Amino acid sequence: MSLNPNAPRPKMEARELTLRYGTKAAIQKVSLAILDRRVTALIGPSGCGKSTFLRALNRMNDLIPGANHTGTILLDDMDIHDRSVDVVDLRRRVGMVFQKSNPFPKSIFENVAYGLRVGGMKDKAALEQRVEKSLRGAALWDEVKDRLHESALGLSGGQQQRLCIARAMAVEPQVLLMDEPASALDPIATAKIEELIHELKATYTIAIVTHNMQQAARVSDRTAFFYMGELVECGATEQIFTNPREKRTEDYVTGKFG
Amino acid sequence: MALTHTDKAFEQDLRDLREKLLAMGAKVEGLIVQSMRALTDRDSALAEKVVAADKDVNRLEVEIDELCRRILALRQPAASDLRLITTALKIVTDLERIGDLAVNIAERSMDLNQVPPLAPYVDTPKLAELAQQQVKRSLDAFVSGDVAKAEVVLQGDDLLDALFLKIFNELLAYMMEDSKNIRRATALMFIAKHLERIGDHAMNVAEMVVYMVRGKDIRHPRSRNLGD
Repeated sequence: MSLNPNAPRPKMEARELTLRYGTKAAIQKVSLAILDRRVTALIGPSGCGKSTFLRALNRMNDLIPGANHTGTILLDDMDIHDRSVDVVDLRRRVGMVFQKSNPFPKSIFENVAYGLRVGGMKDKAALEQRVEKSLRGAALWDEVKDRLHESALGLSGGQQQRLCIARAMAVEPQVLLMDEPASALDPIATAKIEELIHELKATYTIAIVTHNMQQAARVSDRTAFFYMGELVECGATEQIFTNPREKRTEDYVTGKFG
Repeated sequence: MALTHTDKAFEQDLRDLREKLLAMGAKVEGLIVQSMRALTDRDSALAEKVVAADKDVNRLEVEIDELCRRILALRQPAASDLRLITTALKIVTDLERIGDLAVNIAERSMDLNQVPPLAPYVDTPKLAELAQQQVKRSLDAFVSGDVAKAEVVLQGDDLLDALFLKIFNELLAYMMEDSKNIRRATALMFIAKHLERIGDHAMNVAEMVVYMVRGKDIRHPRSRNLGD
């Protein structure tokens, strides 16, 4: 396709991924590359399989009884389902931010430090340094630096969501998965998250599920459209929103689904 | 059967937009025909009607622009809807210019109707008919979203250019023959030029139709870099 040496390579890649809950296939034979240090938006109507796909990327579906899959998912060149893969380590490398911000009922500092402590980091100065770096990275530092030891539950919804992003970033993942990260936020808090996504992609590979198509158009480089468990089309975001190749994509982005 | 938008009000907005553009197109087509008849029938009253009718065209232009802005702001259209809106915003300008040119033709006709005709009008009405046909075809292509029809328009422009050149040379000959012809020949030359320009605007519309349907901009192929 491209011989350009600067062309982004896939950071993660699903090949013929089929995922079932019991016998019902939630996604079927999806082959999709998540490009390195790009933002990939997954869109589609409810039940189309986009969240299932996102959760498959760090094996969150393992936690659901009856979930099983065929096909492979690669992180760089590693098969994430390989017996040798430690799931905890995988989830450290492929972090996740959820729709509803879910800070722990602890202080702001401890929320961000949590993953580091679990990972065995004990040195206080190193912890403090990493917490500050993560909070700065999540564009939250200036708002919370004077109250790091107050409860995280006292933050606003938008701040809580950025705290969760900081928490995910603290363990220095390579990939960030975001499941509707701004759907519960007001437009200003949403704009802050979107701006943050723009900044984060310099360092991280990001996949984001969103029901808000304008958001997908604003934040992503590539957009993948899922429908009824299938990947219908994936392309440059601009192409998907100005000139999609597939009729089903066209009908979805123009608002013609029942 | 093509799917319609889930949001019926949006569907209605898009239908209104198409209808307004068509109404405007029909209006300017009529003005071309009338401005030419004002010349051939030496009917200055008709020419005045053309001049007066321009304000309807201008009003439609403003209305269409407003409707497009409203749709962009409130609906955030995507894909073919977005291409329809951007196309509408462009072709409305071409249609308005066609209206202005018809007015210019009507004004020249009023001048020419004051003096005896230079010669029987044969090629000029023919050119007017070609120009009007081009406008009509380009609008048909827009309504039906038909690239083949748009391409007929794009290829048809050569005919107008050739006929314009013929008229131009004839009028030049009249001028060289007798300097008393210059005033009338110049007026007729302007009219021919206006008609040729109307053909160019029809081409612009046709090019935008190709963009609207295919999502591919075919304008100015020689001014761009090769490859995407």
